Amino acid sequence: MKKFLNAPLDARTQLLSTVRMRGWEPLIWLLAFALPLLVPGHALIVNEVAIVALFAVSLDLVLGYTGIVSLGHAAFLGLGAYASALFAKHVMPDPLVGLLFGMGCATLLGALCSLTILRGTDLTRLMVTLGMALILMELANKLDWLTGGSDGLQGVMMGPLLGRFEFDLYGQTAAWYSLTVLLVLFVLARRWVNSPWGATLMAVRDNPLRAMAIGIPVHNRLAVVYTVAAALAGAAGALMAQTTGFASLDVFALERSADVMLMLVIGGVGWLYGGVVGAVVFKLMHDVIAGITPQYWTFWIGLFLVVLVMVGRERLIRPWLWFGRSADHKGGAQ
Amino acid sequence: MQKRRFLSAIACATLAMSASAAMAQDKFKIGLILPMTGPFASTGKQIEAAARLYMAQNGDMVAGKKVELIVKDDTSAADVTKRLAQEMVINEKVSVLAGFGLTPLAFATAPIATQSKTPMVVMAAATSSITQASPFIVRTSFTLPQAAVAIADWAPNNGIKKVVTLVSDYGPGIDAEKFFKDRLLFNGGQVLDSLRVPMRNPDFAPFLQKVRDLKPDAVYVFVPSGAGAALMKQFAERGMDKAGIKLIGTGDITDDDILNSMGEVANGVVTSHHYSASHNSALNKKFVAAFEKANNGLRPNFMAVGGYDGMRVIYEAAKATKGAGGEALLNAMKGQVFESPRGPMFIDAQTRDVVHNIYIRKVEKVGGQLYNQEFATIKDVKDPGKTK
Amino acid sequence: MLTILFDGIAYGMLLFILAVGLSVTMGLMNFINLAHGAFAMAGGYLTVVLMQRFDVPFLLCLPLAFVATALLGAVLERTLYRHMYNKPHLDQVLFSIGLAFMSVASVDYWMGSQQQIMQLPDGLRGRTELWTGEVFELGMGHYRLFIIAVCAALTVGLQFVLAKTRFGSRLRASVDDARVAAGLGIRVNLIFAATFAVGSGLAGLGGALGAEVLGLDPTFPLKFMVYFLIVVAVGGTSSISGPLWAALLLGIADVAGKYYMPKLGSFIVYSLMIAILIWRPQGLFVRKGGR
Repeated sequence: MKKFLNAPLDARTQLLSTVRMRGWEPLIWLLAFALPLLVPGHALIVNEVAIVALFAVSLDLVLGYTGIVSLGHAAFLGLGAYASALFAKHVMPDPLVGLLFGMGCATLLGALCSLTILRGTDLTRLMVTLGMALILMELANKLDWLTGGSDGLQGVMMGPLLGRFEFDLYGQTAAWYSLTVLLVLFVLARRWVNSPWGATLMAVRDNPLRAMAIGIPVHNRLAVVYTVAAALAGAAGALMAQTTGFASLDVFALERSADVMLMLVIGGVGWLYGGVVGAVVFKLMHDVIAGITPQYWTFWIGLFLVVLVMVGRERLIRPWLWFGRSADHKGGAQ
Repeated sequence: MQKRRFLSAIACATLAMSASAAMAQDKFKIGLILPMTGPFASTGKQIEAAARLYMAQNGDMVAGKKVELIVKDDTSAADVTKRLAQEMVINEKVSVLAGFGLTPLAFATAPIATQSKTPMVVMAAATSSITQASPFIVRTSFTLPQAAVAIADWAPNNGIKKVVTLVSDYGPGIDAEKFFKDRLLFNGGQVLDSLRVPMRNPDFAPFLQKVRDLKPDAVYVFVPSGAGAALMKQFAERGMDKAGIKLIGTGDITDDDILNSMGEVANGVVTSHHYSASHNSALNKKFVAAFEKANNGLRPNFMAVGGYDGMRVIYEAAKATKGAGGEALLNAMKGQVFESPRGPMFIDAQTRDVVHNIYIRKVEKVGGQLYNQEFATIKDVKDPGKTK
Repeated sequence: MLTILFDGIAYGMLLFILAVGLSVTMGLMNFINLAHGAFAMAGGYLTVVLMQRFDVPFLLCLPLAFVATALLGAVLERTLYRHMYNKPHLDQVLFSIGLAFMSVASVDYWMGSQQQIMQLPDGLRGRTELWTGEVFELGMGHYRLFIIAVCAALTVGLQFVLAKTRFGSRLRASVDDARVAAGLGIRVNLIFAATFAVGSGLAGLGGALGAEVLGLDPTFPLKFMVYFLIVVAVGGTSSISGPLWAALLLGIADVAGKYYMPKLGSFIVYSLMIAILIWRPQGLFVRKGGR
């Protein structure tokens, strides 16, 4: 077991310090909301970043707060995307209702999957989560009368947001919509993990056996977190489908699950903002590298990953550790 | 690069915008979106090489404007394709979108072309219904029904009555299956079974075993460009030819790009397609020689010719409109008639789809190399998928 | 019927050789190496290059592929992997996925992204048909026979090394309980380096053998990662018979599923895996060991 790099503060100040809103937070959000106006040409990127940030926040709930390594988180993203796209196509084109529908579907799947991740080693969990994403991909592929199979789901026409704001070509509406959803869900998630209930989560993550011994219902906690995380991922998927107007099989792809993990590690796990920071950095990095070398950008991303892990995040990026927990706990069963 | 632009835009948005608008005045930009990584990267490479070759041969000035080719990799992910197209239209102010290696990518981008009134030249994707997805789509590749119907006409006259179809399970594959089947039945043939191989992780062995057990006269195959070689090898390894089962298909299986590395297996395979690198015309010989010279010996395939002709259509349309974009450019693309390396072709003004000759070819050794040798021509084939 | 079984066995044997190194290293060091497929790809590409550019005969390429990827494995183990053993699983996953990404892009850069085609020697190309026209007709491609023979010989060899040699007993001791083994003076790190090298070498050999059957292109490591992981997760990491049965099961289920129920696609394999893992989270073929 590695010790934390930073000296642990006393528990009460630490708990309180994470709950308080800091001065810079509203500024950051205001800046984010101003971006589509300041740089209208980049509203699309803002939209994408907001969506993957939500996805990363969702994975953070699982990884950072329970220590479960999931390589199949795209399962929920994809389900949310397909569910909301199909809803818009066949039931009603209102985005908000579709969003709720997508989240609902993902929540159900999350509840179902949470039964499968309670036992076993890290490897088993890795495989089960991965397997779920693969099964859903197969499903979407085989039910081509419903999902369009490998060609993707075409012809999704979204209605205007709140009956007023059309999704335009410039993507400003889309960006604000995604940012708003991100903000709302982020604030809710933050309140939730910082509640006493959330504190028990950390106990479960850091030492499941001890947590069980002091009477925390470990399995129940894991299942609930996993379900909530699935709902957030489903929301991200729904946003993705609604703002792009279609869904295709690659929403389930392994690369998506891997990318989002990478973002989380760049930003730091167990902090919720980590997902947001990571999403911004990753997306910009991806865009810059892919702009220079469209063909081999995966090499640089891979190199970045390797260096990041070898050198360690803390030494690569300025230490944020005084208001996050270091990600250096040992996860998984031995 | 992107980031720097991003930051400068934050600092002086207005300046940057007015500057880019001024830049757009004397430039004619073409946004080429292709899969450069992933399983379909060969498509991207061929098309990019062909587009650059066309520019090298025809100069980079059109109607007094400098042509700028912006190439982006969409990693064959549809959402990326769509976003890149959107960004190109908004930020780069491109006059034309081009490329689109796979059917889903073209479908995803169609709404952008419609909304922004930007012509979209599809250089590869071959599902029949793509051109109906937006009134701004023009296609210079081919459509699968064109090729499928041609081979279905040829087969019954050459002793092939009972056929099993084997296609990749996505849009073009299903097109290839459906149109072949309908035409073969019409010609008095029989389709014993229709097998669909998944797009991901295709392992052909069990499917070919199934074909073998059904004992047809021939198996008709469609797989995307690049996957043909694996199928060919498995076909030989199963001893299908010894069991008297012939292999026919659309030209995608004997893709020029990889035909030579297939070895003896491919020898004698009959396919129908719109382009072969050995097409006998002066223009094609020149094209192939220049292409191979520019890409250290890479043989151009039908993807390359789609890209090359796509650039031709864009250039000529831009000349006609004096470099204007939008609907004028689209209208200038419609109805273009010209000689392509594939042979004579034109863009049907009604359907905006390509009309060209389909050739029946047989793989033969020429000078120690395998080539698709054309032996029969069906003139001016319109897309059968649009006649309904 | 028998033909399908035969093909399934050949496929399963191949998967076993590809995945056995991963399973042993995972059992030994509890290290999740998602870049295992990259070694297999290295072996495959080495064979292709040797055959196409230097006209090395195929049968000579196989041992070369083994040795070269084993060396590569040893070098990487000593330089990079060594630092990862004490890190949490998350870091290991990220690190090895990073390596896999790098290998994919590098191979794409050097060799191009098209499918690589190998020309087998004529002796391996034929096909033998037995009981033709009967219900249980059996067709055997000679190359698949060859694969089964090579993989079976390797399996027997591995089992012999594990069961009968001093190295094997040390390895088994280390897998069962690394701490106690180290306390007894067994140099676990050295054993691990050797095992890692041999495991990588076997993957390279499997890649060279499998290029013909599985296809070979730069996305190989990511495409087959799932399959290797299934073999390891279902087979458990405490023996080599576990992964062997798991690989055979997977191979046969996959081929038979595609033959009899092509509409279901890969459902069968994935659902089977999830069901097994929920039922037996430690894998199907696990001895009650130290872990």
